[in-house]
Amino acid sequence: MLLLIKYTLLYGIVLMLVALGGMFSEHSGIINIALEGIMVIGGVAGVLTLTMLPASLSPFLVVLISILVAALAGVIYSLLLAFASINLKADQTIGGTALNLLATAIAVVISKYFSESGSAKLNYSNKPFLFSIGGLELSVFVPLGLILLVVSYIVLYKTRFGLRLRACGEHPQAADSVGINVYKMRYAGVILSGALGAVGGLAYIVPPVQTWNFEVGVAGAGFLALAVMIFGQWKPFHIFGAAMFFAVFKSLANIADSTFLAQLHWSSNIYNMMPFVASMVILAFTSKNSMAPKAEGIPYDKGSR
Amino acid sequence: MAEDYVIEMLHITKEFPGIKANDDITLQLRKGEVHALLGENGAGKSTLMSVLFGLYQPEQGKILKNGKEVAIRNPNDANALGIGMVHQHFKLVECFSVLDNIILGVEPNKMGFLQKAEARKKVMALSEKYGLRVDPDALVSDISVGMQQRVEILKMLYRDNEILIFDEPTAVLTPQEIDELMEIMRGFKKEGKSILFITHKLNEIMAVADRCTVLRKGKYMGTVDIKDTTKEELSRRMVGRDVQLQVEKQPAHPGETVLDVENVTIHNDQRKKDVVKDVSFKVHAGEIVCLAGIEGNGQTEFIYGLTGLSKLSGGKLTLDGKDITHESIRQRSKDGMGHIPEDRHKHGLVLDFSLENNIVLQRYWQPEFQKGGFIRADKVREYSDRLIEQYDVRSGQGSLTTVRSMSGGNQQKAIIAREIDRDPKLLVAVQPTRGLDVGAIEYIHRQIVAERDKGKAVLLVSLELDEVMNLSDRILVMYEGEIVGEFDPKTTTVQELGLYMAGARKQGKEEQ
Repeated sequence: MLLLIKYTLLYGIVLMLVALGGMFSEHSGIINIALEGIMVIGGVAGVLTLTMLPASLSPFLVVLISILVAALAGVIYSLLLAFASINLKADQTIGGTALNLLATAIAVVISKYFSESGSAKLNYSNKPFLFSIGGLELSVFVPLGLILLVVSYIVLYKTRFGLRLRACGEHPQAADSVGINVYKMRYAGVILSGALGAVGGLAYIVPPVQTWNFEVGVAGAGFLALAVMIFGQWKPFHIFGAAMFFAVFKSLANIADSTFLAQLHWSSNIYNMMPFVASMVILAFTSKNSMAPKAEGIPYDKGSR
Repeated sequence: MAEDYVIEMLHITKEFPGIKANDDITLQLRKGEVHALLGENGAGKSTLMSVLFGLYQPEQGKILKNGKEVAIRNPNDANALGIGMVHQHFKLVECFSVLDNIILGVEPNKMGFLQKAEARKKVMALSEKYGLRVDPDALVSDISVGMQQRVEILKMLYRDNEILIFDEPTAVLTPQEIDELMEIMRGFKKEGKSILFITHKLNEIMAVADRCTVLRKGKYMGTVDIKDTTKEELSRRMVGRDVQLQVEKQPAHPGETVLDVENVTIHNDQRKKDVVKDVSFKVHAGEIVCLAGIEGNGQTEFIYGLTGLSKLSGGKLTLDGKDITHESIRQRSKDGMGHIPEDRHKHGLVLDFSLENNIVLQRYWQPEFQKGGFIRADKVREYSDRLIEQYDVRSGQGSLTTVRSMSGGNQQKAIIAREIDRDPKLLVAVQPTRGLDVGAIEYIHRQIVAERDKGKAVLLVSLELDEVMNLSDRILVMYEGEIVGEFDPKTTTVQELGLYMAGARKQGKEEQ
């Protein structure tokens, strides 16, 4: 049971962080389908930083620096999406897909360059990221994620920035007519999603294992986060719930062999499939009365009214 | 200058690719007056106001506030100068509360955190003072159009604006709401606020304005004092010639029943309710029946059901004795239904097709126009040329013109030509004159009356009460998906219709 909680938290926080990122972007009116790619970029940047930092550095600084570097890399990478979809008014889905393809390629090239073995595998120590409370081993991303969840809620609903951001995703013409710079707000939304997505990518890769093959990217976690965001109806606490729901399914695969579930003699593939099947079923039922920001996906053009 | 102008727009010129939307226009607004800006669609009224509000930059000309030149680069500049605007299409975020919408852009805050309590107090005080009742916590998507307009007005007041621009504010209101709005405007005037009132409705100008500036095709046609002018004079300035404000028509001679609508109900899954409730009526040959009502009371959905664009949840449709309840759209069209759709861009035309292809769109499959699946281009061209000639559809390259490049009036004429020429027994015309200039409206009204005189049944849906009163032989008022009354245009008044349209009154079913 402890194991189930551990894996659920580990995985759920990842989904939640990335989905919160997507939420900020979509509330500003930009569909960020590039979350998968942003996770990969954040992951590779963070892991590389981790391998390069001197061993003598305090664990706290190691964690802080690698998270900041990952976030920065994600921000820079997401600027590509922002530029394409805000300035060039490109189709956001196609732009995002291109960035997803590009991200894994970049990660493979970089990791092969730095790897000792010549493959796309990087080895690192995950020790600084882990701590235990009464036998429950957790990663630092769990408390960090919970803090970011509360902060996200406050930013979105209690601040001037949040009100303006949401206005840009719902009705950019209205926002423009009261003097809000829609382009700026959309950049802000995408940048936030880049930072959160990249930290999510690092949180996905580092805590569970000490080596990562970047050829697999993040194995669809970014897309699952999009499903989490939709299931969470673009609202922070709903997203938290949705993320945990999906994570439970995913975690079942990890603990299946060691618990009563083993007696079912199911292939672990079935458990691995579960979150994806669940997301399909849930989206099929919930997407009808969606609370999606109305103007998302539509490039904003000042001229057209 | 002796006179006290609060805003002057001098010699404004604004060009868009291929068109001079404003050509040397001057507009001077006195302090504390209601100044109407009159012009047809496309005359450049909205462009001029967008320039004043900082949404567009003019190529030439300058703007003075209290005699001093000012630069207005964006809505923030306009706001800082005390200029506020109620846009024709409201700029409200539907899933926000009324309060959030009012404060958006000028949010009271401490370190970026919203301070809504303060804002609420100010909004309530303003709403009290000017009699603009709103519920600050209601979502905009849940309140009526009239209420949304009050929110827009409160937005201006909240920003302490002194110069208030109303862009076609009455288009979406019932006659009673229009009267209320006029009263509110007079109140603002007393407070010393200056009002610019954009419209093409002469009655409203005569009722509330002090002076009126007229535009025609982007050009300045002069400014007149309302007390020294007449409606006829204004319309002559606006259109450039004498206009028949009334449609000439003989009394109707209704014949056989052509369309029989029995207990039609339509359920909308998204809104989870019946948007058309148990509607029954008949349309006879040789009469124009008008379905009147405020936008969004089920007229659109009813027409979708009637023309086959959506399914009925219940009820029966009979066209000329034949049950068409479950027929396809093409079958209905073959059975004698012509449809001039509400949204000509969405349902009326393929905008990027040529004019000839659009004209033949309802009949390309007939033997006359195809052989073994191949279109007979020469026949199509012949047919299209004939219709263009006969219905006076004007375009750049005749049959080959891309429809998107044509003016709204000519697009509409093309649709009317297509539908009327098929000689339908029933003509369904939904807002046939929406967004058109007076000349085109006149033409379309004459065509519709001509069809009636040929013995066709006409079902007209219109939001414009003038059109309803002018054109129809019988009026049915729709409110919240139900027919709440039937009227004879000769014996009813706009005010009476308004009460039914707003749901304040309802006739008993037995009168059907």
